[in-house]
This record gives sequence, C-alpha cells and structure tokens, in this order.
Amino acid sequence: MGLDFSIIPDHLDVILLGCLWTIGITVAAAILSFFGGIIFAVMALYAPWFVRLPFRVVEWVFMGTPLLLQLFLIYFGLVQIGIDLPAFVAGVIGLGLHFAVYNSELIQTAILAVDKGQMEAARTVGLSRGQALRKVVIPQAVRAVIPPIGNNMIALLKDSALVSVIGVSELTLSAQRVIGSTYRPLEFYLLAAAFYYVINLCMEWVQRKIERHIALSR
Amino acid sequence: MDTDLMLKVYPFFLEAAWITILLSVLTAILGLTCGALGAASRLSRFVVLRFLGAAYVSVFRGTPALIQLFILYFGGPQIGIQLDAFEAGVIGLGINAGAYMTETIRGAIISIDKGQREAARTVGLSQWQTMYKVVLPQAARLMVRPLGVNLNMLVKATALVAAISVVELTYTAQRYIGSTYKPFEMFLMAGVLYMIIIFVVGRGVAWLDRRVQIT
Repeated sequence: MGLDFSIIPDHLDVILLGCLWTIGITVAAAILSFFGGIIFAVMALYAPWFVRLPFRVVEWVFMGTPLLLQLFLIYFGLVQIGIDLPAFVAGVIGLGLHFAVYNSELIQTAILAVDKGQMEAARTVGLSRGQALRKVVIPQAVRAVIPPIGNNMIALLKDSALVSVIGVSELTLSAQRVIGSTYRPLEFYLLAAAFYYVINLCMEWVQRKIERHIALSR
Repeated sequence: MDTDLMLKVYPFFLEAAWITILLSVLTAILGLTCGALGAASRLSRFVVLRFLGAAYVSVFRGTPALIQLFILYFGGPQIGIQLDAFEAGVIGLGINAGAYMTETIRGAIISIDKGQREAARTVGLSQWQTMYKVVLPQAARLMVRPLGVNLNMLVKATALVAAISVVELTYTAQRYIGSTYKPFEMFLMAGVLYMIIIFVVGRGVAWLDRRVQIT
C-alpha cells in the first residue's frame, strides 16, 4: 500500500481534538498527582501506624503492577460497586493516583532531607507541628523535587495513551477511530506519535525554564 | 470475594504469567542489545553515529510505547513488515526499552573518572584496550542498579501488548473482567503474579549488584 500522507488534512480536526483531550487529561492528572503526592508523602511519614501500614501496601501494589491493569481495576471496579464514572474521570483518577505514588516517593525522601533545624526553629517561634510542616518543611521539600517530578509528568503524558483502552477519546483513540474509517494505520499513528513528540518537547522546554527559575531564586 | 471463581480461573493466569515472563526475558535481551549499541553510538567519534544515537533516544523516549507498538504491528504490514502480535510486542518493547537503557549505560560510562582513561593511555594501552580493560569493567558495576530500574519498568511495560491481543497477564485479566464482572478478583490474581515477577527481578538485580561490588 505504501505511505500516502495526503489524506491527513481531511482528518486533522479529529486528531487535533484528540490532542486537546490528551493535554487536558495530562494536566488534570498531573495536578492530582502533585497534590496527591504531597498528601501521600505526609501520610506515609507522619500518620499513625494503622493508617501508614495499609497505605504502604497500597503504595507497594501501585508500584508493582502495570498502569494498564490499574486502569482496568479503577474503571471496571468502580462500576462494580455502583459508581459509574465517565471514562475521562476514571482515566484521570487512575493516572493521577499512579503518579501520585511515584511523586510521593520523591517527596518523602525530600522531606527527610530538609534540615532538622528548620522544623526545630519553626517550632521554637511558636508554630504548631502541622503549621511547621505546611509552611516551612514541605515548601522546601517540594522545591527540591520539582525537576524529578517534571520527569514523572513527562512520563505521565506518554502513559496517558493508555486511557484510550478504557475509551477516552484522546489522541491515541482518535487516531484509532480515523484509522477505522480510512484503513491507514501507519500514517495516522505516525501523526499521533509526532503530536506526542511535540507536546513532549514543549514539556521539556517548560521543565528547563522552571529548573532555571528555581536555580536562580536560590 | 469470589474465591471459587478465582480457583477456577487461576491456571489460565499462571499460563499467562509464563507468557509475561517470556516476553520480559526476550524484551530485556533485545533492550540490552539496543542499549549497548545506542550507548556505543552516542559515545562514538563519528558525528553521524552520535546524531543517530541521540535521535533514537529522543524519539523513542519522547513518544508513548503504546503508539510505537501500534505503528509496528498495525502500520508495519502497510510497508511489508508482517509480524505476529508476540513478535511485534518483543521487537517494539525491546527497541523502546533500549532507548532508556542507552541513557543508563552511557551515564555509567561517562561517570568513570577521566583520569582512568588518561592513565591507561599513558601506560600504553590502545583506545580499545582502555575501553575494554579499564573503563567498561568499572562502568559495568555502576550500571547494575539503574539497569535494574529499567528492568522493573520493562516488566510492567509488557502489559501494553495486551492492546495488540497478546494473551499475557493483563490481557487475561481484562478478558476475565469482561466475562465475569469481577474486576477486583482478577486484578488481585494478575497483580500478585506481577509483584512476584518484579520481586524476583529485584532480588536478582540486588544479588548481582552485591556480586560485582568491590568492597
């Protein structure tokens, strides 16, 4: 059959819409995974043991099983217990939780690496433990892990392709739909790959900007 | 929890786990090969090879592995590349993992002190001898642990071939979720098997890491 890219313009609108959904789901899941990561990290370090222990198990399961499997569990599992979420929401929750666990690992290490004197000084000037954590320790820890969290967010973009499997019409599924009607898999998957690549480059660019900004403000 | 059902279907999960293991092993072999070649070309003297190596890493790490699989499996026949799903899975995932391993291997090699290379050259070793007798043996020790992380990711990435219908663990879980409407039970079985595989890989890497360290 060979390659024929001339049919792409006719279907570009569908692919571009898919791009927007991919960006949307990535941003939503990134925000969830960032704040989720902070909450998980604090829970893993400071919660009483009966919270910490089951939490560790959940963390362990999330890190030891494939994301695709987790998406199936969340999408179909929630339906089983009577929560019928739209695929988009299930996808955001699945991606968000998965990466929150990875972010939490990073943030935990960073919290432990913040100098002890910071906490002690904050307590001395009259802040409660919670306040000291929120206003002194966590901001410093989070700033230190922005670069590796950026890497996780770029990984998240690429893994967002998996939600096509549970039926979210993002870039991958849009390409699949177009291919279903045109029978041109190579052209449209290459096009989708090119769009992912461009979004990926943009994210790397933003990441470098942020890293430079942090380095300067130190 | 429906234990009767789990007992009934667990042999199928075990069978699928073997496919996942086979996929992982073959992918790891191909990935390491691609990684070694990639690292060699990224560190090459020739600008063309360096460029090709960098492009390989950038493109394969910059796009989703799922799309890469689809391009190979669904797009391949269009230009005369006919592969069955398992072959496409191994080749696609292997090349993808190779891009990540390229960076791991390259990172280990360039972190070896420059003085080592200079000293070896001074005592009369050729460039090749310097690489094989001085730099690589030291770099190999540094690679084990980060390559272990790559392997861990690789095992989990084999789940992607479920999307091109290779009957491995995730595909099996998906199929039984569809036919039994018991997502939690099926997730539990596949999840436990994945965690066993990952645990074994982790222990193996830790063992190898201890073996190669000089204390």
